[in-house]
Amino acid sequence: MKKDYSKLWVLFKSMFVLSACTFGGGFVIVSLMKKKYVEELKWLEEDEMLDVTAITQSAPGPLPVNASVIIGYRIAGVAGSLTAILGTILPPMVIISVISLFYEQFRTNPYIATALQVMRAGVAAVIFDVVINLAGNVVRTGRLLYMTMMIVAFVATYLFGVSAMLIIFVCLGIGLADLYFVLKKNRTDAASKASKKKGRV
Amino acid sequence: MLLVKLFFAFLWVGLFSVGGGYAAIPLIQDQIVNIHKLMTMEEFSDLVTVAEMTPGPISINSATFVGMRTSGLYGVLLCTIGCIIPSFCICLTLAYFYYKYRTVGGVQVVLGALRPAVVALIASAGASILMLGLFQAELPDIVPSNIRIVELGIFIVALVILRKYKASAITIIFGSGVVGTLVYGLMGAI
Repeated sequence: MKKDYSKLWVLFKSMFVLSACTFGGGFVIVSLMKKKYVEELKWLEEDEMLDVTAITQSAPGPLPVNASVIIGYRIAGVAGSLTAILGTILPPMVIISVISLFYEQFRTNPYIATALQVMRAGVAAVIFDVVINLAGNVVRTGRLLYMTMMIVAFVATYLFGVSAMLIIFVCLGIGLADLYFVLKKNRTDAASKASKKKGRV
Repeated sequence: MLLVKLFFAFLWVGLFSVGGGYAAIPLIQDQIVNIHKLMTMEEFSDLVTVAEMTPGPISINSATFVGMRTSGLYGVLLCTIGCIIPSFCICLTLAYFYYKYRTVGGVQVVLGALRPAVVALIASAGASILMLGLFQAELPDIVPSNIRIVELGIFIVALVILRKYKASAITIIFGSGVVGTLVYGLMGAI
């Protein structure tokens, strides 16, 4: 992993813009980050972005901040982390500071309320665009286990409100079990190869 | 002293808000309303409304709002810093280990199982927002006949533009805000 300090400004700028425009929960900003850093800037690989998301979800604290710490670290070490955090927290700090002074006017303005409502349709479109790409990749792994996990996890969170943490931990368990079987298979393969060799001798 | 109190209150919130933004709300309420009595319950529900209507993570928004209302700009800075210190330390450690070991075969197998889960979580967040946009309601309370045609149109057009022309997310989000407000304005519905 090489550090690239020349990217700090772009890192700050992109985090700032993403954070300023992210309405809705943490997974919204993850979709936007994926679009920005994987598709547009090509700084990260797609799998890497998904790993980062899983890590941010299992750590405490606000998801966008967690994600910017890790992505910043990836680009330029600790300096990158600090830059990315600053970009992420400045917009809400400025916006909320201003709003807290004019809260009544803000809350009752019908144009602001309408704009915020229709923007949800746009946000949803962005997330679906990202999901189509990501789900395509899961299907392309060709593993039935992964496809089933994806569908079950979606139904569990969306229809039954199972918490994201629980989903991550259950899938972590499945991953560990998967690893156990892979290692066991490798060992028996190696053992059978060894015994074949012996037989030949 | 108030500022020190605020700092530690939000340090606590940052450390224990595991599992997304909404998990932070009860923690903040506990610290700010119940324990330290820095805000009333009415002010706190205002805070949640504002935090939901504006960009940014809910705990950062709350930290800023509480800080500003109780002790101005110093309050904003201390609350926010308190809130992100746990994230910073923990995620930096995790990032270090992730990039050190991620090419190890075994770690790859385990991470492989987490990826479908993350895709599902993102999809679920998308579905919730879409339902809020189209029906102004969450899942059990959705009435199909309440569908909002303008939002549905915006969603479809936006998705087509994204798939075909790879437009940037920011353009799409602000574009839909402007177009939608104009349409509702022309319809005289605002």
